[in-house]
Amino acid sequence: MTGKRPRSFYVLAAFFSLFLLFLYGPTLTIAILSFQGPQGGLTFPMRGVSTHWFRDLFEQQAVGDIWGSFARSLVLGLMVMVTTVVVSVMGGLAFRKRFAGSSVIFYLVITSLVIPSILISLGVGLIFSQSGLNVHWSTSGYGSQLTWTLPFGLLIMFAVFNRFDPSFEEAARDQGASNWQTVRHVVLPIIAPSLIGVALFGFTLSYDEFARTLLTAGSYNTLPLEIYGMTTNVTTPVIFALGTLTTVFSLLVIAVFLCAVWVQARRRARLGSDAGKGMV
Amino acid sequence: MGFFPFRVVPYRPFPVPRGRGYTIRAGAQMRNLMKNRHLSGWLLAAPLSVVLLCFLVLPIVMIVVVSFWGATEFSIYPAFQFDNYQFLFTSPVTYSVFFNTFKYAAITWVFTLLIGFTVAYFLAFHVRSLTWQIALFLLCTIPFWTSNIIRMISWIPFLGRNGLANSTLISWGVIDEPLEWLLFSDFSVILAFVHLYTLFMVVPIFNTMMRIDRSLIEAAYDNGASGFQTLTNVIIPLTKPGIMIGSIFVVTLVMGDFITVRFMSGSQSANVGRLISNDIALLQYPSAAATAVVLLATVLLIIAVLLRFVDIRKEL
Repeated sequence: MTGKRPRSFYVLAAFFSLFLLFLYGPTLTIAILSFQGPQGGLTFPMRGVSTHWFRDLFEQQAVGDIWGSFARSLVLGLMVMVTTVVVSVMGGLAFRKRFAGSSVIFYLVITSLVIPSILISLGVGLIFSQSGLNVHWSTSGYGSQLTWTLPFGLLIMFAVFNRFDPSFEEAARDQGASNWQTVRHVVLPIIAPSLIGVALFGFTLSYDEFARTLLTAGSYNTLPLEIYGMTTNVTTPVIFALGTLTTVFSLLVIAVFLCAVWVQARRRARLGSDAGKGMV
Repeated sequence: MGFFPFRVVPYRPFPVPRGRGYTIRAGAQMRNLMKNRHLSGWLLAAPLSVVLLCFLVLPIVMIVVVSFWGATEFSIYPAFQFDNYQFLFTSPVTYSVFFNTFKYAAITWVFTLLIGFTVAYFLAFHVRSLTWQIALFLLCTIPFWTSNIIRMISWIPFLGRNGLANSTLISWGVIDEPLEWLLFSDFSVILAFVHLYTLFMVVPIFNTMMRIDRSLIEAAYDNGASGFQTLTNVIIPLTKPGIMIGSIFVVTLVMGDFITVRFMSGSQSANVGRLISNDIALLQYPSAAATAVVLLATVLLIIAVLLRFVDIRKEL
């Protein structure tokens, strides 16, 4: 696989570039269009360039409760993120023990992944309404979103533990570490970079989730629900401005997580092994 | 106890508690209990099981129960009747909507598979440095972490009557009048599906391809196989698990969707998800539940078939 690149490389590279254009083109287009002049419409041509539509977002009456829904989505995303990381790690550790009945849980996880989202929404909504409880984004919405983020977290943990060398744990136990010490000082540090990945999935999947929160969020909307509402009654570029802002926010979140992975990798490379430096 | 190597413990014929007294004995018993992998496994899996029970199993049970209930215009009442199913299976709408759903799933599957496989193949076998592989792979996955709804909305300026596609085609002289079928049609629905879900093919296929032993490909070349023969006889068979996992994602996401179809077809086409969400909007929960049960059964059946070809836990 060395030397001059075959012609197929250039064909495939062109295909790949087109794919990237296909992936990012529309998003870039609405980013440009969100800077429409005040007279501009939902499509080209641009009628001047302004930040008019972004300013509109900050006026309550123009677009409804955008900032409230953003705050709710943010808090909910963090709640789901923390829960997803903790529960996925515990679940991942549990599945390594191959306990009796683990395959039942495994198939439930797969079901949770493949079940149409609207069924979760409908089922949870029905349970709450029939038992006289009020649906709320922090209770029913939170639980419904977990059925979407946990399967991803667990699949990542499966992938991690498939590649995990158990001799590290055996070494720790041979040195007299307790179960908890082994997990805390050996297993968790080794799997830490993947946990950042699980956290990223937990937060972004929750932040963007729509179908599972549709009937379970109650009277206070999350941001995707608010945006969905806008698609039916807003016909100005203000929706593009909102789309651009929330995409920029998502990109920032992704960048933070990627930076965290990068910093951790560098720290690891710099500090290297602490063998022979005494008890941790 | 902490100083004893843990693995020695099972070999002792009788556990000897150090010191006397009930508490120490109880502590040792507790530790022995924790060594039982079934018990500690269930304890660790308890939070997961609780979430799945409350927000997956119970909702499914509730939907099945309510699918036998009755409804008036304003409320639903408990009953045990098959009216909802009878209506569902005798209405011609059901069959055309299910057909539509399968059609969307099949067409989207073909396109996402072709595009996803090509992209993953390029990344895995043609990009040579690991750094570039990771960078380009990340570039492919980033949109997955952004909002689907925004990504759908972003097609409007492209496909609309006065959108980029139409104005470009007119300026090139390909067409004289704007094409009406670009937006709010089956075409735009499938385009959006492919746009949203190709990532779900790229990631597992790329993952499997990266695990293929490169010497197998060298061996194929050494034995005189052409690039195409290597692709069809070595790479594709070895990539099958990744293809299966990607297919599971794409098929279930498309079959369970309602928002993409509603939005991109301008409410002109329907799939099963929309049938359910329309019933919900009309507060006809029992009829929505009956449709949901049939949809769930269909999806699980398809997944069960696909899972026969792949052991997900091994392939991750």
